[in-house]
This record gives sequence, C-alpha cells and structure tokens, in this order.
Amino acid sequence: MSGPQSNEPGQPERTPFFQRVLDNPFLLLFLGVTIPTVVYLIWGIMEIIQIPLASP
Amino acid sequence: MTAATHFRTCPTTGLKIDRSAENLIKANAVVAVVFLLIGGLFGLSIALTRWPAVHLLPADWFYLALTAHGFDVLLAWIIFFEMAVLYFASAILLNSRIAAPRWGWAQFWLMLVGALMTNVAVLQGNSSVMFTSYPPLVAAPHFYLGLVLFAVGALIGCAVFFGTLVVARDEKTYQGSVPLVTFGAITAAIIAVFTLACGAIILIPTFLWSIGIISGVDPLMYKLVWWGMGHSSQQINVAAHVAVWYAIGAMVLGAKPISEKVSRMAFLMYILFLQLASAHHLLVEPGVSSSWKIFNTSYAMYLAVLGSMIHGMTVPGAIEAAQRAKGFNKGLFEWLRKAPWGNPAFAGMFLSLVMFGFLGGISGVVMGTEQINLIIHNTIYVPGHFHATVVAGTTLAFMAITYLLVPLIFRREVMFKKVAQWQPYVFGLGIAGISLFMMGAGTLGVPRRHWDITFADALSQFQFSPAAFLMLALNGLSAIVAAIGGAMYIIVVVCSVFLGRKIGDNEVVQLGPVSGAASAAAVARYGNEGTLKIPGTVVLVAVFFVSFVLYYFVNWKYLAEVWPLK
Repeated sequence: MSGPQSNEPGQPERTPFFQRVLDNPFLLLFLGVTIPTVVYLIWGIMEIIQIPLASP
Repeated sequence: MTAATHFRTCPTTGLKIDRSAENLIKANAVVAVVFLLIGGLFGLSIALTRWPAVHLLPADWFYLALTAHGFDVLLAWIIFFEMAVLYFASAILLNSRIAAPRWGWAQFWLMLVGALMTNVAVLQGNSSVMFTSYPPLVAAPHFYLGLVLFAVGALIGCAVFFGTLVVARDEKTYQGSVPLVTFGAITAAIIAVFTLACGAIILIPTFLWSIGIISGVDPLMYKLVWWGMGHSSQQINVAAHVAVWYAIGAMVLGAKPISEKVSRMAFLMYILFLQLASAHHLLVEPGVSSSWKIFNTSYAMYLAVLGSMIHGMTVPGAIEAAQRAKGFNKGLFEWLRKAPWGNPAFAGMFLSLVMFGFLGGISGVVMGTEQINLIIHNTIYVPGHFHATVVAGTTLAFMAITYLLVPLIFRREVMFKKVAQWQPYVFGLGIAGISLFMMGAGTLGVPRRHWDITFADALSQFQFSPAAFLMLALNGLSAIVAAIGGAMYIIVVVCSVFLGRKIGDNEVVQLGPVSGAASAAAVARYGNEGTLKIPGTVVLVAVFFVSFVLYYFVNWKYLAEVWPLK
C-alpha cells in the first residue's frame, strides 16, 4: 500500500503538520463544532437577546 | 465469539467484514428505504395538490402531508441511510470490528421509535406544523419527543462511528491515513454532531412548551437554533453523498482521487464552513445584523462552495483518469462516452453529480447571496433548489450505491436488471423536472407551502401569470415520473433483498469493468491516481463556470428590475 507515511529504510520521514491535523478526527470534530457554535449560534443568540423588549 | 465467527472475508474485495457492522448496515438501510417509500408517497400527493388542475388534497391533508413528507424524507430516509454509510465507511473500509455494537443497536431502535412517534403524531392530525415547526405553531408533545429521540439516536450512531475509528487505529487495521471515503464520512459525522446537538437543544424546550412546563419559545431564537439542525442536516447529506461519489467511482471503475490532498482540503472546507450556510434562512429576519448574515453566508458559505466546486472537478477527474488509463484516450470525451452507463450505480452517481452541481449548487449560491435571495425568498424556488441538492444529489447517490450494497452486504443478486438500468434515468429525469419547474414557478413569485394559488375562496385575490400555472402542472407531471423512478428503485431493492438469488460464500461479484481487488485498492486505501491529464473534465468544469456566472448575473438583472433605480 502506498501510504502517505511511506519511509525510506532507516530514515523515518516526519509526517507533515497539516497531514497530522487531517489525520486527527477529534481535532477536526472540535473545529467543526466550535466554529459554527461561535460564529453562527453564539453570535446570533447575542444579537437576538440584545433586541429591546416592546413596552406595553 | 471467536474472531473467525465475528468476521467474514468478502470474496469480491478481500475486505474483512464485521458481521455486527454488516447487520447494522442492513437494518438501517432497510428502514431508510421504508421511510423513502412513505415520504415519497406524501411528496407525490403534495405535487399533485399544487398542480391547480388536479388539486388532490384538501387543505388540512395538504399540510399534514407536507409535514410528514419533510420529516420522512429529509430526516428519516436520509439519516437512517447515512448511519449505514457511517458503519460501512468505518468498520468495513477500515477492515475493523465495530466499536460497541450494542450502542449501534441503541442508535437504531431510538431512531426508529422516534421516527414512528413523530409519524403517529403527524397522522393523528394535530401536528401539521410542517418540517420547520416554527412557534407559535404548536404540535402534539410526542411530535417533538419523537424528534428528540431520533436526534439522540443519531448522535449515538456518530459516537459508535468515532469509536470505530479509534478501534481501527489502535488495532492497526490500516496504515497511514484513512481512505478518502472514510474521511468524507468523518466530515459527515462531524457536521452531524453539530446538527443533532442543535436539534436536541431547541426541541427539548419546545417539547416542554408543548406540555405546558414553560410558557413559550421565542420564535426568532427557535429559528436560529432550529436551522442549525434544519439546514446542517442537509450538509451531512452533501458530505455523505460526495463520499459516496468517490466510493462508486472507486468500486465500479477503480478510480483513485487525482489528489488526496486536494480532495481532503475540500472536505476540510466543509468541516469548517459548511454549517454556517444555515444563516441564509434568516436573511430577511430584522432581529439579526447584516454583519452576522453576510459573514455567515457571503463569506463563510463561499468557502464551503469552493469545497463543492473542488469535488465537482476531482470526482469526474478521477473517473476520467481511470478511464484513460484503460485506453479510452480518443478526443476529449471517449472516456465519458464509453463509461458504464448501463451500470445503475455509475449512472446514478454521475447524474447525481451533474444535477447537484448545475441545479442545486448554482441555485444555492444565488439563494445564499443576501441581495438576490430577496427575489425568491420563501417562494417555491426554495424547495426547487433543495430537491436538486437533497433528491437529485443525495437520494440519487444513495440509490446508486444501493446497487453495490445489495450484492456486497446483503449477499443477494440484483433482480430485474433492465429495470435497475433504467431506474436512475427515470428518477433523474423526474427530479430534474421537479427542481427546474419549481424554481421557474418561484421566479414568477409562486409562494412555497401554499395550498391554492388560485385563491379560490380567499377575500383578497391575486392573479399569477399563466406561466406559473404551467410550471406547477409540469412540476406535477415530473413528480409522477420521479415517483415511477422511485417505485422502480423500491421494487428492485426490496425484491432483490428478500427474493433475490443468494450469493455463495465464495462467489465473486462483478461490480464493474475492474476486478474486485482493484475496487478494494481504490476505495479502501490511501492513494492518488497520479496524473493531471484530465482535459475532458476541464472542459466540463469550464461549461459549469460559464453557466454559474451567467445565472448569477441574470439574477442581479432580475433584482434590478424588481427595484428600478431612477
């Protein structure tokens, strides 16, 4: 199998940083949940709760 | 139980198949198809009601059917099938045992009970709140409870998927990076976690409101959080069906990605940005700022669109490279002309790819642009768009891969081969018509979710143009064609699964022009095709870009006519 981490004998090749990021599903899960939570949900909720209540 | 009894070896691909994962795939896929049947029938009745000359259902049944159709096909069919895809892309493609199969069954039963509970609530007639269930419309408590159980079940399924990734990594069932199809499934599962959490967060207080424990739910807050589920659930579909495109290309033609790095970057764009597109449903809400709207749609969403456009090039590019490697090198398009168009898995996948890009993708960008969204906001253009993405894109892709799952997982021969060959074309034709004619009617101002645009018994009258009536009639005819295509799929799949010839334990199945070993090497391992000679794909992509730019600017022209500047 031609994996991305194929090594020369005796010379271990360092996995590139970005590939290590893509190979870590839990880091991706953290990013994929945090970004929309902050940018879509929390920002949106903050704007909605700042709408002044109508006075009777 | 010993390892030998826990696994079987697929004689076609050589992959080790965990029997627990296989049973979970079968159960989820079968239930998914049942909900497709139920939801599809409701969908046909809606289209025939919106056809003014037929006007099939009375108003109360129309809204009941609309609610059931939305839940059964947008959530139940799709997410049950996606659970099957997650188990396939983890346990099967990684040659691993599934983590916590009992929790897998908890996922299945919770989702099934939840889906049935919501359907019962809708059919009882007091929960016709439509798919969005916006407050202050209130449904029966078990409508919301069913949705919450469904969401929790699906979250458990995602946890089992991530657990299986850990098991496979720890037990070293693969080397290096996971295969691209599994990476696409990871993307879908990540989006699913955010999606289902949003659903649970907003539907639990709505349930408490429906039983009188809390006094109300703020409608705008509900809309904001609910669309975190409502739209993102369709983004799970996008990630899952793109993974399915790669899987079918690999399994039928042995097509490897042109560049693993580029395709994974495109999936990363989905993970980071795709869910933010939910904001386009709130583009006309005065309670949220333009900054929030524009950042979430016009900036972030375009990065996710970039991801889709990359896949739109790399999927056909991988197929072209694989075909050229087999000697189909004449001119620009011999590789495409000589593709296996009689194989329903390939035909369904390619039709899904083309229609998702040209119909769903381009119209989605138009809807996500704040200014031109206003021309079509809340018109029937919107369901026209998402029938192109969810039905032409996702449903057709899921139908296509079923033709591979039946022999590989259910171990049954596909019956009625001629019917199966025609099915993607019939369904694709119908759904293309539905999408185009609904978008056409929406451009003429026809509202969505409207029982009677003739306003026959209304105090205030409005006359739509005759072309709008024609569009709705053509939409109804297209729905009949799509329903025939859907029925063909269900007949072939149900008959094959229950009555088809059993495939022997050592019998090899022919998935396409390549051997099973080549299929397995392409779908279950990391690796690039290793060529950039894809001139035919470059031409197709150029045609797409020209169409995209033209349609985008035509909509700005429409906008200028709606609000003339003097």
